[in-house]
Amino acid sequence: MASPEAPLAGPEPLVDVHAHFFFEGCGRPEWKQLNDARFRGGDRIGITIHVASILGSWGRWSPTYFASPADTTLGNDAMRAVAAHSSDRVRWYVAVNPNDAEHALAEIDRCVDAGAIGVKLAAARRADDPLLDPIAERAAEGGLPVLHHIWQHRRRHWPSQDASDAVDLVRLASRHPTVSFILAHIGGGGDYRHTFAAVREVPNIYLDLSGSGVDRGMLDAAYATVGARRLLWGADITLCTGLAKLWALEVMGLTSDEMAEVRWRNALRIFPAGSLAVHRESAGALTAHENRESERLETHRLRGDGPRDRSIPDSRFPISGK
Amino acid sequence: MIDTHAYIGPYPFRHLPHPDPGVLVTVLEREGLEGAWVGHLPSAFYRDPAPGNDELFALLAPHADRLRPVPAVRPDWPSWEQSLAAVVHREVPAVRAYPSQWGLSPDDPSMRALCGACGEADVALLLTARFEDLRQRHWLDSAPDLSAAAVRSVARGNTRTRIVVVAAGRGLIEEVHWGLTPAEREHVFWDISWLWGPPEDELALLFRTMGGERFVYGTGWPLRLAQTPRANLALLPDDVRGSALADPGSWTGVRGR
Repeated sequence: MASPEAPLAGPEPLVDVHAHFFFEGCGRPEWKQLNDARFRGGDRIGITIHVASILGSWGRWSPTYFASPADTTLGNDAMRAVAAHSSDRVRWYVAVNPNDAEHALAEIDRCVDAGAIGVKLAAARRADDPLLDPIAERAAEGGLPVLHHIWQHRRRHWPSQDASDAVDLVRLASRHPTVSFILAHIGGGGDYRHTFAAVREVPNIYLDLSGSGVDRGMLDAAYATVGARRLLWGADITLCTGLAKLWALEVMGLTSDEMAEVRWRNALRIFPAGSLAVHRESAGALTAHENRESERLETHRLRGDGPRDRSIPDSRFPISGK
Repeated sequence: MIDTHAYIGPYPFRHLPHPDPGVLVTVLEREGLEGAWVGHLPSAFYRDPAPGNDELFALLAPHADRLRPVPAVRPDWPSWEQSLAAVVHREVPAVRAYPSQWGLSPDDPSMRALCGACGEADVALLLTARFEDLRQRHWLDSAPDLSAAAVRSVARGNTRTRIVVVAAGRGLIEEVHWGLTPAEREHVFWDISWLWGPPEDELALLFRTMGGERFVYGTGWPLRLAQTPRANLALLPDDVRGSALADPGSWTGVRGR
């Protein structure tokens, strides 16, 4: 059992690629308590970087998954403020609604200039809709990963969202092979095995392990399908299940090298170079790792023999047994 | 500490890796748990659970020091009283009932009769709120989650039988707890397998409002990762970290101790 001070998930760097924050005036009156709790839980687990988004006003003035342009901007500005206030441990996605196409592109440009390192798409439009193509093109230009909300095997309409499933995302990812897509929360509802079957041969889709679902067999099947190099650790809104999954991955027998891929190294590959660097002593491990990794990727890029700088990894993934 | 929420056997709607008692014993050791109350998962979907109970007793017999059988008794079935007597005779700590899977209405009087009989026999009554998240149900899995009304119906007027409800979420728990008298609440316990930690901090909130002693440790193995409740307790805020849970393994008055 770890001591109270030691990170519950161990001392190695840990990047949560699927986090959320809240702000004063949003649809969650206990917003500060929620933010504090994420930091408290994150510190306890040992999260080095939270890569987070805010979805509009969280339902206060427009629906969470169908945020108005004004709310989209409001949420992104709030997210920017959280990241600025906690720059040692928070990075952010610019969240956009593809239905307001011009606004979405302008918002991406504005927020990337302000420090956003990825694009968050929720459920305002299906992932395979042509309206998402300009957004994906912008992501390609900027070397930004796209985190896409997913319902695993959507078999019917679910209220309050136009949810996409893996098959929808595969269509988008196939049209934009230089963009890294993060398929959100395999534990977030639906049939994850359908997702695994859909993404197996699509190397620019990464699986984020977040979500409240903790089914036995889920992690094993994800690992068997795409290997450790296409798994990303995340927690979404249940840090407890995130910690449980880290412990379970260790029990599954992942090597320390594979654990590092899932915990931080894959994130380092798909986010813009240097964007996950941190500037505090306690996270020095990630800074050092990132510097080495950035140098390695840059060398590959200059030699022209490696993956396209930070987006597409080698497609020959180890699909080893446990 | 024991795991009050464990099963053996396959699940009809998805593959479960190694749902075997020997593996469960290994998992308990890894998680630092002394033992488990174990149900027979497929029995929840049998019309008559009796054959599943026989299988449960047989499979757990080699592990009697760690795994205690919790068979199912269906109170709307003919001669259920004899079924209950038969399993009580085998010194079980509790019996399970699945009113949603059996199509019983929330106020079915047979459930209250079973609850009363459990008290007479000094065994606990264990109810399951759900097996899977509603968002991922198989299309043939049409039984609804156990409702708060169903739990209240069983718990109201009961001042003797310990009722343990597993896999309940915050809403169900609060709706039942605050819908009972203080005397009735004293006999209802909740496992922590389906309550969330930070940032929502549901578990911490319930510990503050209801007290840790109303909760028991449960994993939902082999359906769910056994590490989850341990992670949840480890992430509790300082003011409730270390709260003592109820330990059914030390309950007196439950037959078999």
